[in-house]
Amino acid sequence: MPMNAPASNPADLFTETAFTRKKRRTEMLAQGLFGTMTLAMVIPLALILGYLAYKAAPLLSWDFLTTNPTHGMRKGGIWSALLGTIYLVVLSLCISAPIGVLAAVYLNEYAKDNWFNRIVNLAVVNLAGVPSIVHALFGLGAFVLFARLDRSILAASLTLAIMTLPVIIASTKEALASVPVSFREACWNVGATRWQTIQAIVLPNSISGILTGVILQVSRTAGETAPIMFTGAVFYRNIPEGNLFAYGIKDQCMALSMHLYTVTTQVTNAPEALPYAIAVTLLGTVLLINATAIVFRVWLRTRKKW
Amino acid sequence: MTILPPEPVRPPSSESASPKILIEDLRLSYGPKEVIHGISFYIEPNEILGIIGPAQSGKTSLLRCINRTIDFTASAKVSGIIKVDGMDVRQMRNVYELRRKIGMVAPLPVGLPLSIYENVAFAPRTSGMRKKSDLDGLVEKCLRQAALWDEVKDRLDSLGTKLSGGQQQRLTIARALSHQPEILCLDEFSIAIDPVTTMRIEEVLRELKQDMTIILVTNLVQQARRLAARTLFLWNGEIIELDTTEVMFSDKAKDKRTNDYVNGIFG
Amino acid sequence: MANAVRETPDTVASTRRTPRPRRGNLGILGERVIEVLIHLCGISAMIFVFAIFFFVFREGAPILRKLDLGRFFFTQTWYPTSLNTPRYGVGALIIGTFSVTVLAMLIAVPFGIGAAVFLSEFCGKKMKETLKITIELLAAIPSVVWGFIGLTVLNGVIQKVFNVQVGLNVLNAAILLALMSVPIMVSIGEDALKAVPDSYREAGIALGCTKWQLIWRLLLPAAKNGLLAAVLLGVGRAVGETMAVLMATGHSVNIPHSIFDSVRTLTATIAAELGETAEGSDHYRVLFLIGILLFTMTFLVNLLADFAVKGIRKK
Repeated sequence: MPMNAPASNPADLFTETAFTRKKRRTEMLAQGLFGTMTLAMVIPLALILGYLAYKAAPLLSWDFLTTNPTHGMRKGGIWSALLGTIYLVVLSLCISAPIGVLAAVYLNEYAKDNWFNRIVNLAVVNLAGVPSIVHALFGLGAFVLFARLDRSILAASLTLAIMTLPVIIASTKEALASVPVSFREACWNVGATRWQTIQAIVLPNSISGILTGVILQVSRTAGETAPIMFTGAVFYRNIPEGNLFAYGIKDQCMALSMHLYTVTTQVTNAPEALPYAIAVTLLGTVLLINATAIVFRVWLRTRKKW
Repeated sequence: MTILPPEPVRPPSSESASPKILIEDLRLSYGPKEVIHGISFYIEPNEILGIIGPAQSGKTSLLRCINRTIDFTASAKVSGIIKVDGMDVRQMRNVYELRRKIGMVAPLPVGLPLSIYENVAFAPRTSGMRKKSDLDGLVEKCLRQAALWDEVKDRLDSLGTKLSGGQQQRLTIARALSHQPEILCLDEFSIAIDPVTTMRIEEVLRELKQDMTIILVTNLVQQARRLAARTLFLWNGEIIELDTTEVMFSDKAKDKRTNDYVNGIFG
Repeated sequence: MANAVRETPDTVASTRRTPRPRRGNLGILGERVIEVLIHLCGISAMIFVFAIFFFVFREGAPILRKLDLGRFFFTQTWYPTSLNTPRYGVGALIIGTFSVTVLAMLIAVPFGIGAAVFLSEFCGKKMKETLKITIELLAAIPSVVWGFIGLTVLNGVIQKVFNVQVGLNVLNAAILLALMSVPIMVSIGEDALKAVPDSYREAGIALGCTKWQLIWRLLLPAAKNGLLAAVLLGVGRAVGETMAVLMATGHSVNIPHSIFDSVRTLTATIAAELGETAEGSDHYRVLFLIGILLFTMTFLVNLLADFAVKGIRKK
């Protein structure tokens, strides 16, 4: 309310002056502007998803998922690529999740605040920022050539594992930090060692947060292309259909993300719906895993123990 | 300025009752800031020693020095001698054994996010007790000692964090007793609970005195008067006075500040 | 003292202690082992950062003896496969990366910060949750899918809307990169705005500020470090992005004169050519050298972002 409003008539306090009207208008303008900016990100998402699904519809079926590509990848399904992606994700996670969780335990529970640990933290941040193609070069130089793993599922998974590591560390750290310090002190006071405290109190009460982070990471790993291009994924490989154990860890494999890239850019005369169908499968997998993690997280919030 | 205890500190071997805890010239600093300026005193076995003093005078830090949880504060620096049963705490390699000797009750009740049973069984388990029957007996004994058994005996499986504040504080005490300590430190335990519960716990403490040595840090001077045999007045990291509770709470106290504090003139 | 009423005297009043149990040696040993493991894993990130630098450098270093670094950085001719005189000038590639990144940021920064402001200042709780989840999903879309969208959808849209011949160009890639880096900007930016104490807002409202003035004069300046970090992290992401730019830039070595020109970036060059080079050849080593260049660039950007974030925490 402006100071110079005549106070004689109390009703004036409630009528709009030119000043308050202007104020209200700018307020609405601001809200509208920022709201539009937000919507500008949300709407493309919906539009794109809808468009992709529409284009892919003719091809999507259960058979599409469970048969191998044929006729130079112009016909058939995506089974070998789908299975390859599953192998890569599972194996890389088996490597990065334990290391990442233990690293986060170190940083959150053991590390004192000194220059050394500040460097370690900085390393985590920077590892997260290394471009995926540089990870690919590293995987090629270190695992494929130096460690003589050749181009294999193992080499590709190791590369992916190192790429996902910092994100798992970050999300686990956050989960660990949400356990109150007073719990730890109570345990120390009765003579529990650090590890006993972590094992009995800290981990059980943060495990769900840790899992959410790991699940989210699954979805990101599934979509990565660059790091596996030169370390283990190939354009085409034929495997028996319906056998979940068709790949060995020293084999090369196909992967959904790579398959999408190949079909889009290298294969000529592919049916129009094919790349769309691959994209939708990949996207569907990723978003489904993501949604699971989000639902899991929301559900967790409802059952806190303190 | 250090005022020595009224009696000279006896060397541990001079009498059969050697002091349970002996502290000599203890200094503690957090970074550049010294918060305890060289204090010395001793505690007899099976004694209740009251420690009173305004906030920020170093009471909690003192307790944390004794059970060495001060180690977890990276910036803390301790010097001087702290002896428990004649052994120098600061030279001890097995601090976990030391902490099991000392029960510690924090100002705010902390129920661990475990069942009530597991809250109490936690410490014995970590020290290697595995047999169910032993644990059952111990849990019941500790909960009874903490005057909580009757209220929770039918729901030992429910979460300790869901108890009321007063119940949680008694659970904390039960947990502190669960590793059968010889020394029990209570740090302003009544801060978060109602007067009735406080009186019940005080009753419990009088009984526990037969089994153990008790250090009672309290913000309620009258509580020290009710329970403690001797009372120590700590102010700004220095001992202003240490004497029998009768002397401290009478006008015979040597230092005027003691008089003022116990009469509520400052602090 | 009320010693009389004790229900089970033998348990309550017992003064003798049961002998203190001891932990088994196996338990203590196990704990030592796991703590060593934790410490090892703890420093793994540092080891990996060094390892990345070491192995990429190891493959790329031998070429340094043959290569004139001045020509490498400042000439624009990239003819790695020429039989007689292969030329490795990454000038055009650097400019390509630079142009795409800058345009992407010009698009992303206003939208990212705007959305962050909307989320933290205008939204109700329910709406905020929904929007955050949507933005999280936006972040989850794999880069190869973005590339595909650029190639199929955006390509046609740009051709039609701007009436140009080629839709695979700087603008296309920049729009994709903007959409990809906006989620991280929103989440960091929102954190930064949340960190501004409420007393600022209350003081502003008490003085009769409009919401507009409040945001412009108080909140944005107060949160500027965090917002800077948000932008820098977006830049880091945009510089390092590979698949999307590989598919959407048009992939021609070119110094762009308008946003409708095709370009090629550092990352895309590695991705496209590494598969076709012989291991140990000059071309192969030069690609690793580009990798080192990228590593260094993103390292610096992330370092800056980290300092900016530390700035808000200290306050």
